[in-house]
Amino acid sequence: MSSTHEHKEPMIRISKRTGISKPKAWGIRAIALVLALIVAGLVIFAIVKLSPLKVYATMFKGALGSPRRVWATIRDTMMMLCIAIGLAPAFKMRFWNIGAEGQVLVGGIATAFCMINFPTLPAPVLFLVMILASIIAGGIWGLIPGIFKAKWNTNETLFTLMMNYVAIQLTSYSVAKWESPPGSNSVGVINQNTNIGWFPSILGNDYVLNVIIVMALAVGMYIYLKYSKQGYEISVVGSSENTARYAGINVKKVYIRTMALSGAICGIAGFLTVSGASHTISTATAGGRGFTAIIVAWLAKFNTFVMILISFLLIFLEKGAVEIASQYNLNEYASSIITGIILFFILGSEFFINYKVNFRHGRH
Amino acid sequence: MTQIISLFQAAIVFGTVILFGATGEILTEKSGNLNLGVPGIMYLGGIAGLVSAFFYEANTANPSAIVAVLLATLCAFLASALGGLIYSFLTISLRANQNVTGLTLTIFGGGVANFFGGSLNKLAGGVGQISVAVTSGGFRTKLPGLSHLGTVGELFFSYGFMVYLAIVIAIVTQYFLTKSRSGLNLRAVGENPGTADAAGINVTRNKYLATCIGAGISGLGGLYYVMDYTKGTWANDGGIEGLGWLAVALVIFATWKSVNAIWGSYLFGLLSWMYFYVPGLTRSSQEIFKMLPYLVTIAVLIIISLRNRKENQPPASLGLAYFREER
Amino acid sequence: MVFLETATAVQMKDVTKRFGEVVANNKVNLELKRGEILSLLGENGSGKTTLMNMLAGIYYPDEGQIVVNGKDVAIRSPKDAYDLGIGMIHQHFKLVDVFTAAENIVLGLEEKGKLDRKAIAVKVKEISDKYGFDIDPNQKVYDMTVSQKQTVEIVKVLYRGADILILDEPTAVLTPQETDKLFAVMRNMKADGKALVIITHKLHEVMDVSDRVAVLRKGEYIGDVATTDTDPQKLTDMMVGHAVTLNIDRPKADKLTERIEVEHLTVKDKDGINRLTDVSFTAMGGEILGIAGISGSGQKQLLEAIAGLQIAEEGSHILYKDPEGKEHELLGKNPLDIAKMGVALSFVPEDRLGMGLVGDMDLTDNMLLRSYLTGRGAFADRKAPKKLANNVVDELEVVTPSIATQVRKLSGGNVQKVLVGREIAMNPTVLMSAYAVRGLDINTSYTIYNLMTEQKMKGVAVIYVGEDLDVLLELCDRILVLCGGQVSGIVDGRNTSKEQIGLMMTQLQDKEAKA
Repeated sequence: MSSTHEHKEPMIRISKRTGISKPKAWGIRAIALVLALIVAGLVIFAIVKLSPLKVYATMFKGALGSPRRVWATIRDTMMMLCIAIGLAPAFKMRFWNIGAEGQVLVGGIATAFCMINFPTLPAPVLFLVMILASIIAGGIWGLIPGIFKAKWNTNETLFTLMMNYVAIQLTSYSVAKWESPPGSNSVGVINQNTNIGWFPSILGNDYVLNVIIVMALAVGMYIYLKYSKQGYEISVVGSSENTARYAGINVKKVYIRTMALSGAICGIAGFLTVSGASHTISTATAGGRGFTAIIVAWLAKFNTFVMILISFLLIFLEKGAVEIASQYNLNEYASSIITGIILFFILGSEFFINYKVNFRHGRH
Repeated sequence: MTQIISLFQAAIVFGTVILFGATGEILTEKSGNLNLGVPGIMYLGGIAGLVSAFFYEANTANPSAIVAVLLATLCAFLASALGGLIYSFLTISLRANQNVTGLTLTIFGGGVANFFGGSLNKLAGGVGQISVAVTSGGFRTKLPGLSHLGTVGELFFSYGFMVYLAIVIAIVTQYFLTKSRSGLNLRAVGENPGTADAAGINVTRNKYLATCIGAGISGLGGLYYVMDYTKGTWANDGGIEGLGWLAVALVIFATWKSVNAIWGSYLFGLLSWMYFYVPGLTRSSQEIFKMLPYLVTIAVLIIISLRNRKENQPPASLGLAYFREER
Repeated sequence: MVFLETATAVQMKDVTKRFGEVVANNKVNLELKRGEILSLLGENGSGKTTLMNMLAGIYYPDEGQIVVNGKDVAIRSPKDAYDLGIGMIHQHFKLVDVFTAAENIVLGLEEKGKLDRKAIAVKVKEISDKYGFDIDPNQKVYDMTVSQKQTVEIVKVLYRGADILILDEPTAVLTPQETDKLFAVMRNMKADGKALVIITHKLHEVMDVSDRVAVLRKGEYIGDVATTDTDPQKLTDMMVGHAVTLNIDRPKADKLTERIEVEHLTVKDKDGINRLTDVSFTAMGGEILGIAGISGSGQKQLLEAIAGLQIAEEGSHILYKDPEGKEHELLGKNPLDIAKMGVALSFVPEDRLGMGLVGDMDLTDNMLLRSYLTGRGAFADRKAPKKLANNVVDELEVVTPSIATQVRKLSGGNVQKVLVGREIAMNPTVLMSAYAVRGLDINTSYTIYNLMTEQKMKGVAVIYVGEDLDVLLELCDRILVLCGGQVSGIVDGRNTSKEQIGLMMTQLQDKEAKA
């Protein structure tokens, strides 16, 4: 019954590419982005019946229309970037740290704790204490799943995911503890009158210090991953555990150390938000950025400078969509829809960078 | 006594939402797909059910509860399955990373749901909230007769049909996975796609089907949340998202067995509501109490990795894309 | 009528299969009859498995014809093969660990509905009783011994109605007792009129179980002979062919010094199976010690044990004697410990891109793998590796766009040069290499041979695991022959014949005597 097969090649054959030039790869990503903007534009058109071009112009205005808006965009970009920088070493090691959201929150809690409890410390000391506290808190939050992964190969994706919610509850607990005024179920602005523990404004701007810190981290992480001995160990472990063992690298130690580092930097992001931006703490402090940053880090292929670009793009969309929402009486969740569409396209485009699609040609 | 009864009732209602989510995700994960888009999918299911019910009730003079319920359920299932289809296409056909795709789906689903949910509120008059009374009422109709059987009736029969549907789906899923040939083939795909492929099983088709149907089931959790838990209203409060992640946790807690998920979901419900009934808790220690479901899940995750019993492990190829290399 | 039509089960006519440039099978002709066991004999890389994979639907032939039961057929998938009654038991079992035997057996069958475990168990029992298998349908695969897993694979094939069975090196993983049991089952199947092919290197098994032997060598069909008309010596001659002169330079070093002493080395794998059993030998500085053996005879474990990558059983020792005469125990140390002890040990593993090199990194960073910890401070020094990469590229004539190219983009030969170049640059006192010339062209191979010899003349103890006996005989001073994880002998490379080694590879001398 099987003897009458025709000689047939499959319609589409997929093969792995051995390599692709950088311009070509970025070209494919750019095409995906344009397609995504077109689709998103059509969706917007379907909803508000406005020319997509006009909509995008409104978005531009919303994100970059005034110095105040520019700074808000920069502030949020820095926050997203900081988390993505924290995730980079973990992802480079092929360790799925989905727990940034929680690591940011515990960093934020630690910062708020210091602001509330040590108002008498001199400002420089307080800053040092706050940053250390947030590093330790975030580091521990990353360390725990790291240790279990190293020792017992406990699934890190699910572990870090659960840690997020433990952190969220811990935040709710702290909010209830520090509630002000009582009954408001919020902490309110901490040290509103004294501004103790707030980032000082530099050159008349509140967020300059955020930019300095995150940019320093970006450069530092870039150098760490690219030039340091530990960074080298991370990439070997990420490529092949066998090779790492061959080179005498202690794989478990690298897992644990890198996760502590990853969590610590996410903790700093919490510090930036609480001390340098919102001056309060709530379960919305991380605001889902911990999840979005995962996508940023992944798409940037661990390159911290590419992360700046992608973080900016996403925050730009978010701010722009909020503007559309207020201008046309819609709600701001439009930004999540647009972000989702764009990310779907960019994720899909990676396929065409890694694989070649061959269509059948008449050979037989 | 009434306190305990109302705690159990709250636990069952709460548990039902995540039982749908977890059962669907178990089916999906058994095919080797770790879909972190469950919250987004539940959002899609919830909003699709609500919107369809809203338009049906708004455009019909005498809306029938049965039609409304059927319509909402169908729309919820289809919308969620569509979410599963997006995920499937990206991860199976385009081999995109599963974690990143799932998280994006969560962002997207949440965006769609809250966007339309918020707009519906506005459409309904701008003040207050919309309500789909007839549909929600249909969903909340209790079993006639049985709910008056005193304590027993209150405990077991005082819920809308979806509580029982969730149990039935969980049992059927378990039966399908362990007792049917198609279920066996599906599990083989999730465990070892290379072996399944060699045995003549269509890996791609199995993954697509499991992921889309699984998403459809998960989405019913969102529908139940909207129709019963919040009684046919919409609030942009992120409630579904939290429950969606809890559903993912429940999958681990149930060690990938949907029958375990039934009692697991009610236990999660108990743990989540317990603070309300434990006397003497301050508001802050209540929040610590609410950590319990997640802590318990972490404990289970650690125990299964320590004990290393093969039956309790995640499907062996969970999270990995399958590519039959050029031969 | 049935008998006439089916006397010949399979006929392969002028079958050719190429992989890129490599011709795996060149116009091979093979005939398989019902009610016979055919041994397919040949060295590694002679194309046995490739040939059989074309019957099993894994590969599709480039040229030639396959006739099954008198009909010209095209077999494009394992399913097609099953439909024709052909079943192959691969070396690497295709089983789902968490499933029971019965579940694995019925996996993928085109039947819908309920999984009737009872009915399946009954049918499995029927098959087991008929041929003498010992199988518990409800046992989970992860609880099974290798032999039990193999039984499941065979029953799986029979359950699907196969009457043409191909077994790819089925005894490689079995104990002698299990092998006897398998052979008994095979004879029962033969008596039942089934056609069987067994791929093997073990001559005594060939003599024991088969009716006819077909020999392949380097992808060519050498011939077939009735088992009763031949003996192990004749088969070995067919298998290895006549010695070829390669003219590899083999100078003698002035001085030999003991460098590595391996004593009673026993290594088990994670399934608890012995991969090395009581291996003892000494490697000398100033000589090349060749390791011969069918692949999978424990070569990998031996080298990895010396390199600090294997856990050995109690009672095993690997002593390193440094130039000052001091002894160091290497077992229980990791590669870094070994390096810190001042032992300059270079290792060119078999898996070049999975162990020796990082495919995604460029040449410089791969040079760094062995030296990234040198120097003070937190930063890795890339100057020296860069220089080294340039040196390796120049001296070994590595073809690469630049030293900033990812190594996985290089061809196999160039990848190997990068790896060997790096390892030699460590100024080792011990140099180990596994299949260093596999997949390389003639010129590159000679480059590698010369490098090994150069190291030897410097007083390095070179351990060379190889598969081409002609090369081993011309390159090595002494040759250790492994067979099934045991040392079957250590011979002088200068006055031993290829046939002698071939025989030692396929049978343990003393074990054969007992049998």
